[in-house]
Amino acid sequence: MPEFDVVSLPDHDAPSVGDTAPDFTRPLVNAEFWEDASLSDLTDDGPVLLVFHTMTGAFPATYVWNELRDRGVPEDVQTVGVSISSPYEHKSFLEERGVDARLFSDPAAGVAADYDLEHDLDGMAGVTEHRPAVFLLDEDRTVLYRWVADEWPDFPDYEDIADALADL
Amino acid sequence: MSDEQPAITLYRLQACPYCERVVRTLDEQGLAYQSRFVEPMHSDRNVVKRVSGKRSVPAIVDDNTGVTMSESANIVEYLENTYGEGA
Repeated sequence: MPEFDVVSLPDHDAPSVGDTAPDFTRPLVNAEFWEDASLSDLTDDGPVLLVFHTMTGAFPATYVWNELRDRGVPEDVQTVGVSISSPYEHKSFLEERGVDARLFSDPAAGVAADYDLEHDLDGMAGVTEHRPAVFLLDEDRTVLYRWVADEWPDFPDYEDIADALADL
Repeated sequence: MSDEQPAITLYRLQACPYCERVVRTLDEQGLAYQSRFVEPMHSDRNVVKRVSGKRSVPAIVDDNTGVTMSESANIVEYLENTYGEGA
C-alpha cells in the first residue's frame, strides 16, 4: 500500500442489497454490433452482474475486466459493463482484451446519475463518468450483492463476488 | 422499452446515407424496427455476412415474412410492396 492517503470518494446513495436497481436503456455492445437494450431485458433472462467502470483505456477498466475474464465470471453469469466510452471503443476493448461480455455505452453518464454514482473527473473538465461499482441482480433487479468504490482508485474483492455468485 | 422485440432488424452503419434512406422508408410505413450498428470496416462485419450472405449495409431481416435483404433500393422496394398502400 502507498505511504500516503489515497483520495477518498464522497458518500453516495447507490442502491443497496434488497433494493431494486433502476432500469435503463442504452446501446449494448457485443463483439459484433450494438443495439439498444434494457437492463430488464437482461434480468428477464436471469441474474446479471452489473459492473460500473472507468472509460476504457484507463487502467482500472483493464484491470477489472482482465480479472473477471481470468476468473471465468462471464461464463458463470450474464456480465455487463457500463461506462462513458463510445460503442466503438467498447467493441475494440472487448476484442483486444478477449472479454466475452457485453458493455453498455452511457456517454452522458445518465445511468451514473440514476444510481447516484457520478464521478466528476478532476483535470478533465466537463467529463463525468461512472464511479466503480459492482451489483449482482436477480431476475427482478433486486440487488443481491453490492460493492462501491470508496477510494480513487479502488477495486472490488473478487472473492466476495465469487461468494455472491455461489449463492445464486 | 424493448419488451417486444420488433420483427424487423436493420443492420446499419452510423451516418450511412443508404441506411438512412431505409430508415426513412421504415418510418414512412410506420414500421417498428430494431437497429443493430456495425463498424465501418467491411472486415469487421461478420455478423452481417452471416445473416445476409454479404457484408454490405443496410441489410434487413424481416421475421414477418422470413425475408433477408441487402441494397437500399431493393429494401425500399420490398418495404413499399410489402407494407405500402398498394400491398
